[in-house]
Amino acid sequence: MRMPDLTALLTATAVFTSALAFAAKADEVHVLNWKGYGADEPWAVEAFEKATGNKVVNDFFNSEQEMLTKIRTNPGLYDVVMINAAFNDQAMDGKLIQPIDVSKLPNYADISKDKAGSPMLVHDGKVYGVPWVWGLTALAINDKSFDKPPTSIAEMWDAAHKGRVVIRDDAVEAVQFGAIATGQNINDIKDMDAVKAKLTSLMPQIKTFWSSENDWNQMVASNQIDIGTYWSGSADRAKTHFKLPVSLVVPQEGAVAWLDAFSIPVGAKNVAGAEAFINYMIDPKFYVEWVTKVGAPVSANTKAVEALPEDAFNRKVMGDPEVAKRIQFQAPITDAQREAYLALWQQLKVDVK
Amino acid sequence: MAAATASRSGLRSALPLLAPAYLWLTVAIFLPLSAMVFFSFMTELPLSGRPWAFTLGNYAAFFSQSLYLTLLLASLRLGLEVTLWCIVIGYPAAYVLAKVLKGRSREAIFLLVILPFWSNGLVRIFSWAMVLREGGILDTALNAVLPFKINIDLMYSYPAVIIGLVHSYVPYMVLTCYLTLQAIDDSLIEAGRSLGASRLQVLKRVIIPLSMPGLVAGAALIFVPVVGSFMEPRILGGRTGTFYGTVIEDQFVAVFNWPLGAALSFILLAVVLVILAVASPVLRRAA
Repeated sequence: MRMPDLTALLTATAVFTSALAFAAKADEVHVLNWKGYGADEPWAVEAFEKATGNKVVNDFFNSEQEMLTKIRTNPGLYDVVMINAAFNDQAMDGKLIQPIDVSKLPNYADISKDKAGSPMLVHDGKVYGVPWVWGLTALAINDKSFDKPPTSIAEMWDAAHKGRVVIRDDAVEAVQFGAIATGQNINDIKDMDAVKAKLTSLMPQIKTFWSSENDWNQMVASNQIDIGTYWSGSADRAKTHFKLPVSLVVPQEGAVAWLDAFSIPVGAKNVAGAEAFINYMIDPKFYVEWVTKVGAPVSANTKAVEALPEDAFNRKVMGDPEVAKRIQFQAPITDAQREAYLALWQQLKVDVK
Repeated sequence: MAAATASRSGLRSALPLLAPAYLWLTVAIFLPLSAMVFFSFMTELPLSGRPWAFTLGNYAAFFSQSLYLTLLLASLRLGLEVTLWCIVIGYPAAYVLAKVLKGRSREAIFLLVILPFWSNGLVRIFSWAMVLREGGILDTALNAVLPFKINIDLMYSYPAVIIGLVHSYVPYMVLTCYLTLQAIDDSLIEAGRSLGASRLQVLKRVIIPLSMPGLVAGAALIFVPVVGSFMEPRILGGRTGTFYGTVIEDQFVAVFNWPLGAALSFILLAVVLVILAVASPVLRRAA
C-alpha cells in the first residue's frame, strides 16, 4: 500500500470511529447507572426499545465520584443518569443536570408525595431528580443462628456472635451505622468520638468486610456468619431468589435509608428519549417484572408497589408504617465530611489488624 | 575505526528489531506512569473538569497520618514472609527438578509447577476460599480422615493471605532457581563429595553459592509485587486484610481520589527501590 493511501485510510478510520463515538445518534438513549441495577436488564431494554423505537446504550460507574466525573467530562454524551438523592445537590451545583419537565412523565403523578417533593431533588420548584427506588441499609440475619429475630442493633455487639458478624467496607455507611447505634441523627452527627468508640468495640466481632451481595450470600450459604449490615433489596433477593436463610431486621434504633433518582444531564441530546426512559423505569409493569424476575428495592411509585402481591416483602415489611417511623434518609454530605469518615474508617481497620 | 563503524552499523541494523519493544515500553509504561507522577502532585484530577493546582499535599498526607506508615510496614513484612516461604518451598522443588528428575517425569512435574500461571488469579483465590473456610474442602477432608474432631477455619485470616500469595508466587522461585541449579556442573558436586565433603557441606559450600543469582532474582520478583498486592488480602484476609495495597486500591476505585492513590503508589515504589538498592551490594557479594 502506498503511503498516501495508508494516510487516507487512517484518517478515514479515525474520522469514522470518532463520529461513531461522539455523535450520539438522535434515537439513542445513553444511560449511566450502577451495573446490574435494573436499567440494564436485557428484557427491560428490549421492551423499552420495542415500545419507543429508542435504542438504549448503557454505561456504568463504580462510585458516585466516578459518576460525577463521567458526566462532567463527557458533556452531551449521557441522556439519563441515576443519582443517589444525597448527591443530587452536588450535581446541580456543578450545573451538571437540568430541570425535568415532569408533565412529560405520565407516571410521575403516582410517585409518593414525600419522595417527589424531597428537598434533595426539588430546587426552587424545579424537579432535578425523579425518584425511582428506595431501600434500607439495615441488619440481616442468618435464620439458622436465631430462634427468634433480634430487635436491637446491640445484637451485633453480643459476644455470642464474635467472629460471625459482617459489615460493609464503606466509610460513610459504617459511620452512619455507628451514629444509629449511638442514638444520633445520621445527618447531623454531634458526637463523633462516641461513634468511633462504638465502632472500635464492634471491630473484634467482625469476620470480614463485605463489598458485594455475592460475598454476603456465600457466607450465609456456608453458614459462616450470624448477622451483619445488609441492603433491604439484597436481603429480599437472597431469600426469595437464592432461597437462603436470610431475614431482614429493621432494628428498633433505626436504619439508614437511601433514595435513588433519575436525572437528565445538561446538554443531553435526546431529552424526549430520556423522559420516555425515566417514565418506563417508574412504570408499575417494569417494576413488577423486575421484582419477580430479579428482586429489587422499593419503588417510589405507589401504584407500582400496590401492584405487588399483598405479602410481598417490599409491600409488607418496607411499607409498614412502624418501619417508616424508624428510618432516617441519607442527606447530602460534603467532601470534607466524606474524607473525615474515610480517615476514621481506615484508622479503625488498621487498629484491628 | 573499523570496529566503531561496525558497531554503529550493527546498532543501525538492530534498530528495527529494538523499535517495537521500545515503542511499546514508551506507550504502555512510560507515558501512563508519567501521567500518574503528574497526577500525584495535583489537588484534583484534571479529567474531573474542576479547577486544579499543583500541591505536595498528597505526599504530605502519607506523613501526617500514622496509618499509612503502619500499613506500609505491614505490607513489607508480608512481602518478606511470602518471599521466605517461597524459598522454603520453591528451592527444594527446583533442586529436585534440576538434579534428581530426568526426562518425562521432569516434564510432568514442571508442568505442575507452571500450571498456576495458566489459570486466572481471581479463580485461584476463590478456589482457596472454598478450601480454607470452616466446613470447606480442607476441613471436611481432614475430619473425614482423622479419628478426632478438629476445626479448621483459616479463611479471613493472616495465614490465609500468606497461603494464597505463596501459591501464586512460588512458580517464580522454582523457575529462577531451576535455571541456575541446572547450570551447575554435576562434576563440581562430585568433586566436593570425593574430597570428603558431606552432603550438607556440598549444599552450603557449592550448590547454594552457585545458585544464589537465581535465588536473588526470584526473591526480587516475588517481594516487589507482594508488597503492593491488594486482591489476595482483600478476599482472603477478612478483617485483617487491610494492607498498603488495599488502601491504594480504595483511593482509585472506591473514593476516586487518584492523586492520593498515585502519591501513595510512588511512595511505595520509592521505598521498594531504596530497599533493593540497599540490599543489592549485599546480595551481589552473596551471588
